[in-house]
Amino acid sequence: MAKEKIERQIPITLDPEYRSANFEEVEKNFTDEQALNEAKRCINCKNPKCVAGCPVNINIPGFIQEIAKENLDAAGKLVRETNLLPSVCGRVCPQERQCEGSCVLGIKDKPVAIGALERYVGDKTDSSSLQITSNGQKVAIIGSGCAGISAAADLAKSGYQVTVFEALHALGGVLRYGIPEFRLPRTALDREINSLKQIGVEFKTNVIIGKSLTIQDLFSDGFEAIFVCSGAGLPKMLNISGENLNGVYSANEFLTRVNLMRANRSEYPTPIRGGRKVAVVGGGNTAMDAARTAKRIGFDEVTIVYRRSEAELPARKAEIEHAKEEGVNFLLLHSPIDITGYEGYVSGMQLQVMELGEPDASGRRKPIPTDKTVNIEVDTVIVALGTNPNPIIQKSALEEGLSLDVNAKGYIIINPETGLTSIPGVFAGGDVAPVGESNAINAMGAGKKAAKAINEYLEKQKTLSHINN
Amino acid sequence: MGYKILSKTKLSENLYEIVVEAPYVVKNAKAGQFIILRVEERGERIPLTIADINKDKNELTIVFMAVGHTTKKLASIEVGEEILDLVGPLGVPTHIKNYGTVICVAGGYGAAPAYLIAKAYKDAGNKVYMIIGARTENLIFWEDKMKTACDELFITTDDGSKGRKGFVTEQLKDIINSEKVDLVMAIGPIPMMKAIADLTKSDNIHTIASMNPIMVDGTGMCGSCRLTVDGKVKFACVDGPDFDAHKVDFNEIIQRGQIYKDAEKTANHKCNLEKQADSLPEVNQRK
Repeated sequence: MAKEKIERQIPITLDPEYRSANFEEVEKNFTDEQALNEAKRCINCKNPKCVAGCPVNINIPGFIQEIAKENLDAAGKLVRETNLLPSVCGRVCPQERQCEGSCVLGIKDKPVAIGALERYVGDKTDSSSLQITSNGQKVAIIGSGCAGISAAADLAKSGYQVTVFEALHALGGVLRYGIPEFRLPRTALDREINSLKQIGVEFKTNVIIGKSLTIQDLFSDGFEAIFVCSGAGLPKMLNISGENLNGVYSANEFLTRVNLMRANRSEYPTPIRGGRKVAVVGGGNTAMDAARTAKRIGFDEVTIVYRRSEAELPARKAEIEHAKEEGVNFLLLHSPIDITGYEGYVSGMQLQVMELGEPDASGRRKPIPTDKTVNIEVDTVIVALGTNPNPIIQKSALEEGLSLDVNAKGYIIINPETGLTSIPGVFAGGDVAPVGESNAINAMGAGKKAAKAINEYLEKQKTLSHINN
Repeated sequence: MGYKILSKTKLSENLYEIVVEAPYVVKNAKAGQFIILRVEERGERIPLTIADINKDKNELTIVFMAVGHTTKKLASIEVGEEILDLVGPLGVPTHIKNYGTVICVAGGYGAAPAYLIAKAYKDAGNKVYMIIGARTENLIFWEDKMKTACDELFITTDDGSKGRKGFVTEQLKDIINSEKVDLVMAIGPIPMMKAIADLTKSDNIHTIASMNPIMVDGTGMCGSCRLTVDGKVKFACVDGPDFDAHKVDFNEIIQRGQIYKDAEKTANHKCNLEKQADSLPEVNQRK
């Protein structure tokens, strides 16, 4: 028992002053020595809670033991058995609420840095050695975000001929247009998408299902099953006066202009309107991303405006810390009630001071308005209040007489076990049909679940047609 | 793997008609819808209305004025070369039914999409008038084609070089005064659509405007194209582009259209962004 205690390893992180003026990745990968030390901290539990905490149930102690034994390739294979995007998930999962939140070491000490280790393995190994035999059956996937690429990976591994249809000109969904490069370098994203292309997944950009092609068209083209994972891309707005003034952006628009269109670079023609003082409304990852991006494109003063207190901020802990280090201000317990303008442009915002009441349905304490208001001076407002499902496919299905059941908010209703919708052969998952918290790994979990269900469904169809013949 | 330009015609100075091979766009395209294109790797996404389609040949026709960065680039692409990205059809098709008598009023290069829309109204059994307005004779195009899409075509020019001298609104007023009109469809510059809406409001004639705000993705995910209709916020790319012209807040649209013009003028701001951009690492430079 005289074993020397190893402290949780901390990845090298760029200096806040340096990094807040560029888009370089903030947190570096573990060094080999750090990874080895961190791997040795894992006590290889018999009944690992961390695995249950992971939405795709990665064999966490398994791959960590391989790192500890310096068998990196074996670690890579183990991770990729359940997750083909370790470089992405290791970086963007809210581990404190998932695997690391369940790690037993966390009870008395700090949990094992599972995310950083997963990323280490993802960045250091690849999946090129997969051998696949095609079964000739076609499956269509609608959307190339987290759910789509994980389903594509699993279906391709099972031998299906997979085509992913993407409405935008670039692949990855939120990973491409939402999450900034300082959190997820595009090299990591491109590498993982390329590994899917290598195992035979076909990607078709600039095809918007529901407009370019309909669900019926896909069935006519010989696709035997369809997985709808078009996400929830429709931004929620504040619905207060002044919201259409120039200088009010949805976080989606702001981030798309910078991440996808590179509006911050002079050699790209897409414009963005900069300013001096920006308020970002919301407290999730998108709000943090928008605030930190605003810092990087030259806003002097960036303030997160959130209606609850710090304890309820839904963003990943690491991102909140990084934002603070970079000088992002937090104006907590304030809620916007009016955006004021001058000659059509934003000049300020009126906020209502809030206080916390009893916990609400989400388990978080509910913000209650007080009668106090304050005014802040801003020239830009970024609204990051979450999103609603994009209704294009739902509407199109309805128009062609398919009864695709959706709930009152427009989310597709699915069997939570299989992802099956009310249309035979059509499955859905991820943010368009959410189960639980909306994030990358849950969407990936939904993709995996659907892939499994699609495989079972098509196997059953095959058996049925054999019987009928 | 782009979208091949099959033909290019210069309709007048800076005004071009191009035909592009775009099977995914034309398959289900209907009158009133639009596309978004990106000319090259570092390009921006711009919306353009579908001017004509040939479903048998997978051909899409667009008409554009080469005035900005992207449209000038687009005009420089030769036949046989490709546009990098082109997606559509986007937006809700124009609602077509038999209204009775319909007037399609189009202005400037915005006249191109009026062809398909007028044709669709005519095919649905309407009596269709078309009024096409332009600054001067040279900017009037597709005259013969337009005639086939309607029962009667009227042309107005601001300088009187062709057709009636004056604005489209004067011609519109004359028709409204002489017979019962059931629907007016306005397509063109915002001030023109606003003037048409003001004119038809007093006579209570149902009027549709095809709106053209700033867009990025065109699929409803950003809200750049938002506008106020009947006091409610709508996204033109997914809820429109057609809206009840009497309920659209045109002044707000005009204001929102200015946002980046202002940024270009503020040289300081631009310099800051450029300085910033120069210091950024080129993380994902494509080869």
